Amino acid sequence: MRIIDSPMRRDVFQGIADPTRRAILGLIAVHAMTPTALATHFNTSRQAVSNHLKILTECELICPVPGGREIHYHLAPLKMREVDTWLEKFRILWETRLNQLDQVLSNLKSDKNEK
Amino acid sequence: MKNEMNEGFTVNKETSTVNVKRIFAAPGNQVWAAWTEKELLDQWWAPLPWKSKTKYMDFSDGGYRLYAMVGPEGEEHWARADYTSISPKTNFKFLDGFCDSAGTINKDLPRSDWNVNFHEAGEDTAVVITIRHKNLDDLEKIIAMGFKEGFEMALGNLDKMFS
Repeated sequence: MRIIDSPMRRDVFQGIADPTRRAILGLIAVHAMTPTALATHFNTSRQAVSNHLKILTECELICPVPGGREIHYHLAPLKMREVDTWLEKFRILWETRLNQLDQVLSNLKSDKNEK
Repeated sequence: MKNEMNEGFTVNKETSTVNVKRIFAAPGNQVWAAWTEKELLDQWWAPLPWKSKTKYMDFSDGGYRLYAMVGPEGEEHWARADYTSISPKTNFKFLDGFCDSAGTINKDLPRSDWNVNFHEAGEDTAVVITIRHKNLDDLEKIIAMGFKEGFEMALGNLDKMFS
């Protein structure tokens, strides 16, 4: 079974899974940038950068804003929050689990003391 | 040592690794037992209101633990931990994966590589856990799979605790 992903509906995690795309997000987070300006930061081809921008746009992590001669890409911080929310849940799972372990261990200790 | 992080939860997106560290006020042998004996493990492994139910456990190199996360409605999510390396009282490693109640691994679902370390220091024992996934996508899938409902409930419980 393979979950088929339609090209237009991508997952936010797909967006941040690639190191170049994370670097692009880092740059865009500072200020909106054009594909040409972005391309100067990478050794890859302009086409490769465009492709990453396309994927990031489909993930809704960035949004293209036409302005002047070129498109400027802006960061969409709301979508990034999805990553945070998800991580927070994972963190809470561990906290809950380890608090329970703490309880089990303190029960072990008091069992021993009662004997 | 004072500057060392005592407790923590971090996710390294570059390596798709989850790192968890916690110090318990208990001797090393008890903490080790809580991780390696099924009666104890079942008492804490599942976040409430889910329950952990171990059907089979052979804690030895090459052995495995077959267990279910049982939800409040009685729904069961089966998983299997294959122990790949054991150094008594200090470290063990296992490969975790989803399976059916007979223990047959579901190859379509991601597996994760666990490395659990124990460090006894005075009256305390630190546990350092590293969970490695093939990629970030897998890491996300693992959360989405087994614990979705459990998470929501656990979140609710915590809210109550803190309010």
